Amino acid sequence: MIGNLLILYQAPALGVQLLIDGILIGAVFALAAYGMALVWGVTNIINVAQGEFVMLGGFVAVFCAEHGLPLLLAVPIAAAVLCALGWALFRLVIVHLIGRDMFISVLATFGIAIVLQQVMARVFGAGDRIVDSGLASWFLFDGLVGIAQVKVLVFVCCLALGASLTVFLRRARAGQAIRAVAQEPRAAAVLGIDTDKVYGLTFALNAGICGAAGALAAMAYPIHPYGGLSYTIRSFMIVVVAGLGNLAWVVWAAAGLGVAESFAGFILGPQYQIAFVFGLLVVVLVLRNRMLRRQRQYLR
Amino acid sequence: MTASAAGTRTLNPARLLRIGAVLAIGVVTPLLFPAYQSQATELLLFIVFALAWDLVGGQMGYNSFGNVLFVGVGMYAAAIVQVGLYYDVGLYNEAKGGGTQFVFDASQFLTGLGLGLIAAAIAAGLTALLLGSLVLGIRGHYFAICTLGLSIAAGQLAAGIPWIGGGSGMLTPNPPASLGDVGLLLYYLALLLALACTATFAWLLSTRFGLVLNAIRDDEDKAEAMGLPTRRAKITAWVIAAAFLGVAGALYGNQVRFIDPTETAFAGATIGVWMILMALLGGKGTLLGPIVGAILFQVTKELFWTYLLGWQRVALGVLIIIVAVFFPEGIVGYARARSRRSEETP
Amino acid sequence: MRRSQSILSILACALSLGLAPASGGAAEVITLGAAVSQTGKYALNGANTMKGYDLAVKAVNEKGGVDIGGTRYELDIRYYDDESTPARGTELAERLIRQDHVKFILGPYGSGLTKAMLPIVEKHGVPMVEGNGAARELFTKGYRHIFAVLSTSDQYLSGAIDLVAKQAKKLGKEPKDITVALAMENDPFGQDVRAGVLEQIDKHGMQVVIDDQLPPELNDMSVTLAKVKALKPDVLVVSGHEKGALTAVTQLKALKVDVPVLVMTHCDSAKLAETLPEASECAFCAQQWHASLDYKDRWFGSAADFAKRYKETYGEDPPYQAAQSAASVLVYADALARAQSLDPEKVRGALAETDLETFFGPIKFDETGRNRAKPMVLTQIRDGKYKVVSPKKWAAAEAVIPRPAR
Repeated sequence: MIGNLLILYQAPALGVQLLIDGILIGAVFALAAYGMALVWGVTNIINVAQGEFVMLGGFVAVFCAEHGLPLLLAVPIAAAVLCALGWALFRLVIVHLIGRDMFISVLATFGIAIVLQQVMARVFGAGDRIVDSGLASWFLFDGLVGIAQVKVLVFVCCLALGASLTVFLRRARAGQAIRAVAQEPRAAAVLGIDTDKVYGLTFALNAGICGAAGALAAMAYPIHPYGGLSYTIRSFMIVVVAGLGNLAWVVWAAAGLGVAESFAGFILGPQYQIAFVFGLLVVVLVLRNRMLRRQRQYLR
Repeated sequence: MTASAAGTRTLNPARLLRIGAVLAIGVVTPLLFPAYQSQATELLLFIVFALAWDLVGGQMGYNSFGNVLFVGVGMYAAAIVQVGLYYDVGLYNEAKGGGTQFVFDASQFLTGLGLGLIAAAIAAGLTALLLGSLVLGIRGHYFAICTLGLSIAAGQLAAGIPWIGGGSGMLTPNPPASLGDVGLLLYYLALLLALACTATFAWLLSTRFGLVLNAIRDDEDKAEAMGLPTRRAKITAWVIAAAFLGVAGALYGNQVRFIDPTETAFAGATIGVWMILMALLGGKGTLLGPIVGAILFQVTKELFWTYLLGWQRVALGVLIIIVAVFFPEGIVGYARARSRRSEETP
Repeated sequence: MRRSQSILSILACALSLGLAPASGGAAEVITLGAAVSQTGKYALNGANTMKGYDLAVKAVNEKGGVDIGGTRYELDIRYYDDESTPARGTELAERLIRQDHVKFILGPYGSGLTKAMLPIVEKHGVPMVEGNGAARELFTKGYRHIFAVLSTSDQYLSGAIDLVAKQAKKLGKEPKDITVALAMENDPFGQDVRAGVLEQIDKHGMQVVIDDQLPPELNDMSVTLAKVKALKPDVLVVSGHEKGALTAVTQLKALKVDVPVLVMTHCDSAKLAETLPEASECAFCAQQWHASLDYKDRWFGSAADFAKRYKETYGEDPPYQAAQSAASVLVYADALARAQSLDPEKVRGALAETDLETFFGPIKFDETGRNRAKPMVLTQIRDGKYKVVSPKKWAAAEAVIPRPAR
C-alpha cells in the first residue's frame, strides 16, 4: 500500500488517470442510482435487484454485438427489453409488495436478484464479457495518461439520458403523474391518477434506465453475471448520501464514489476494490445515522 | 402465543417423552441412514443458523442480512486454531507448500477441533460486540443492507489476506485415517450444538430478557421511553446469536473441509439469505418456526439439487420470492392463525 | 450457443436420472468423473482439458480399452461445469461420488479448483488423477488420493529468470541491477509461480519494483501497466492463466507499453502466437510440454503423433493443457490394468506405483503424488511460433533479449 502511494507521489499523472477514470464511470453509477431513487421515492421499495438489471442490460448489448447489430442500437434495445421485464416483474411480484413491511420487499427483491443472476450465469456463462467498441484512446502527459474514447462516449450518453429523464419527469404527463404519486399518493388518487399504473410505470421505467445504463457500461467495462450486487450497493450508497430528491446531488455523489473507488483500487490493490465499496457503505450508514441521532432521529 | 409459552415450563411426562423421542431420533439417525449423514449434519447446523437469525430478527425485529459474517468468522477462527496450534498458519497456506508435510495425528486433530470450537465462539462473539455498538443503532432496512455490506466486505477482505489462504481459500486439517469416520463425530457435535441452542433460546425467551427483545421489536421507542435497557439487550442478543453462529460455522467448515472466503465462509447470497428464508418459512418469532423451516428448507434444497441440477439456485431464488410475498408468516404462524380463527368462530 | 448447451445439459441430466450407465455395445464401461470449467474465467482451458480427456479416452478404447480379469472395459467420462468457482467444484465432486457413484475422478482445471476437490476425494477414498493443478501446496497436506502428472508451478518461470540473469549483458546491466515487475493471479498457482520466481530473483540479487495481484476476473491490468509505464522495469512477469496472458498482451498493445523482457505462462492456450503474433513477439512462455519433444507411448505414439491427431480432430495445435489432461487418462488406463480391480483403494495403490512413459513425458509419482520425473520447458514466440529455448537438449533457437523495439 505504501509502495503504491509512493508511486502516486512520484508520478502524479497517474493520479490524473485515476481521477478521470473515476469520474467517467461515475456517470453509470449516477444513472443506476437515479433509477433506484425513483422507485424508492414513488413506491417505497428498495430494489435490491437493481444491479442485476444493469448487468442484464449489459448482456443484452453483448448479445446484440454478437449478432452484428450496431453498438448504439443496443442501448434502446436493452432499455426496451428491460422495461418489458420490469413490467412483468411488477405485475408478478412487486405489486404485492406495495405498502408492506420493507423487510419483505428487500427479501423479495433479493430473491429476484438471485434468480436473475443465476439465469444470466446459465444462459451467458459464468465469465465476464465486454463489447468491443473498436475505439482507441487519447493519450496525455507523454503517454502516461490514457483516456479510452469509449468511456467518454458512455459518460456523455449517461448524462444525456439522465437529463432527458429529468425533462420527462417535469414536462410529460406521465412524468408529472409519477411525481404527484411520490409526493402524496392519496391526493393523486383522489385527483384521478391510477396509482397502481404509476407504480408499474415507475418500476418499468427504472428497469429501462438500468438496461440502458448496462448496455452503455458493457461497451467500456466488463459485465459479469455476479457483478450486480456491487452496483446495487453503489446505487444505495449514492441515494443515502444524496437523498431522494435531487439529481444534481446524485451526480456529485456518484462522481465522488467513482473517484474514491478508483483511488482505493490503486492504493489498496485491485483485490480490495469491492471490499472498499461494501465497507464504505457501512461507514456511510453509520455516519449518517450518527448525524441523525444528534437530532434524536434515525434513518427511516 | 404468550399464554402457551409462559405456562409450559413444567416438565410433565408428555413433554419429557417428546424431548426423549427427539433425542432418540437424533442419536440414531446417522447410524440407520449413513448415506444421509452429511446432509443430516448440515440440517442440524442449518437449524442453529435459523434459530440464531431468528433471535435477532424474528424476536428482536432487527432483520440482519449479514449474520453469515459470524459464520465466517467462526469458521476461520477455528481453522486458524486447528492449524496454528501445531504449525505456522501462514506457511500452511502458502502456495509453495512451505516445504514440510502438514499432517495431524489423532490427538492433534481432536484437540485442535475442541479448542477451535471454543475459539470460534469467542471470536464471533467479540466481533458482534465490537460491531454491535456501531451498527445496532441503525434500524429497519438500513440495518438490513448495512449488515449485508458488512458480510460481503468481510468476505472480500478475507480473500485478500494471504495468511489465511487469500482468494484460494483454506483447507481445514486433514483428519488422520486412525480416527475413522470423522463425519460421525461432527454429526454428534452438531446435534449437541443444536440441542444446546434450542434449550438456551427456549430458556432465554421465557425470561424477562425475551420480553425485552419482543418489546424492542414491537416498538423500540416506547421500550426506550419505558426505561428498558434496549441498547444492552440488543448487543447481548447479537453476541449470543453470533457465538452460536460461530460454532456452527466452525463445524460447517470442518464438514466441507475447504473454506472459500466468499462462497463458503462469508456466503452472503447463499447461507446468509437461506437462514432468513428458513426462519420465515417456518415462522418468524417463534421457537419452533426456525426448526421446522430449516427441516423443510433442507429437504427442498436437496430435492432441487438432485432433480434440478444447474437450475437449483434459480429454484431457490423463486422460493425466496414466493415465501416473502405470499407466505411470510410461515408455517407455524399460519397454523397459529388457523387455530386462533377456529377458536374464535363459535 | 451456450443456451442450447444448457438446455441440452438439462435434458441430459433428466435422461440420465433413470437410466443405467450407458454401455457402448458389448464392452463394460468404467465411468471417470470430472468437474471442469465449462464457463467462467477458466473456460478456455476447461475446454482444452475436456478435449484432452476425450481424445485420450478414444485412443485408449481404440487400443482395446482396459482388461480387468478377462473382461474388456471401455472408458467414459461424466462431466459437470464448475463455473471456474472452487466452491462449486466441491459440490460437484460430492455429487459425482455420492450420487453418480463414480469411483475415479479426473482433475479439474487449475490449482484453485483442484485444492477445493482434494478433501472430497480424500474423504470418500476415491483417487483423483489430475493434469492441471500445479501448486506445491496441494502436496503438503498429507492427502493420499491425489496424483498429478504435471510439473509443479514453481518450476514454470524460474528457468526464465535464470536465463535473463545469464544474459544480463544483452540488457547492458549486471544481474543484480535488473528490475522486475510481477503481475500474478491471486490463486494457488499464481502465487506458487511467484514464489518460484522470487526464489530465483533473490538468488541473483535482482530487484522487484512492482508486485501486483491481478483482479480476480483477470480482465484488466491497466493499473499495473500504468505503474510499468512510470517505473520502466526490465522484466515483466505475468501469470494469470490464459485469460491473464490475453489481457496482458492486448493491453500492453492498447496502452503502448514497452518492456525489454516479457515472461508469461499460458501463452499457447491463449493462442498468443497465432492470434497476436506481433504483440507477443519474443515473449517467453513456460510450457509443460512441446510437440517437438522425443517422448512416446503405446496409445498415441510420439508427441508429434499426438499433436497430429489432435489437430486432425479439433483443427488446432494442442496446447499443453490438452496434453497433460490426456496423460491423466492414460495413467488411469495403465493403473487400472495393473490393479486388475475396480476397487478404488486397490487402484489408488496401483497409481502410487506408476512408472510410465507417455507422449507427454515420464510419469512417476512420489509419496505425496507429485510427478518428479518430468522437466518444464521454456519457449519463446518467434514469428508466430513457439520455439523451445531451454533446456538445451531440446532447444531449437537462441533466446532473443531484449525484445526488438516496435
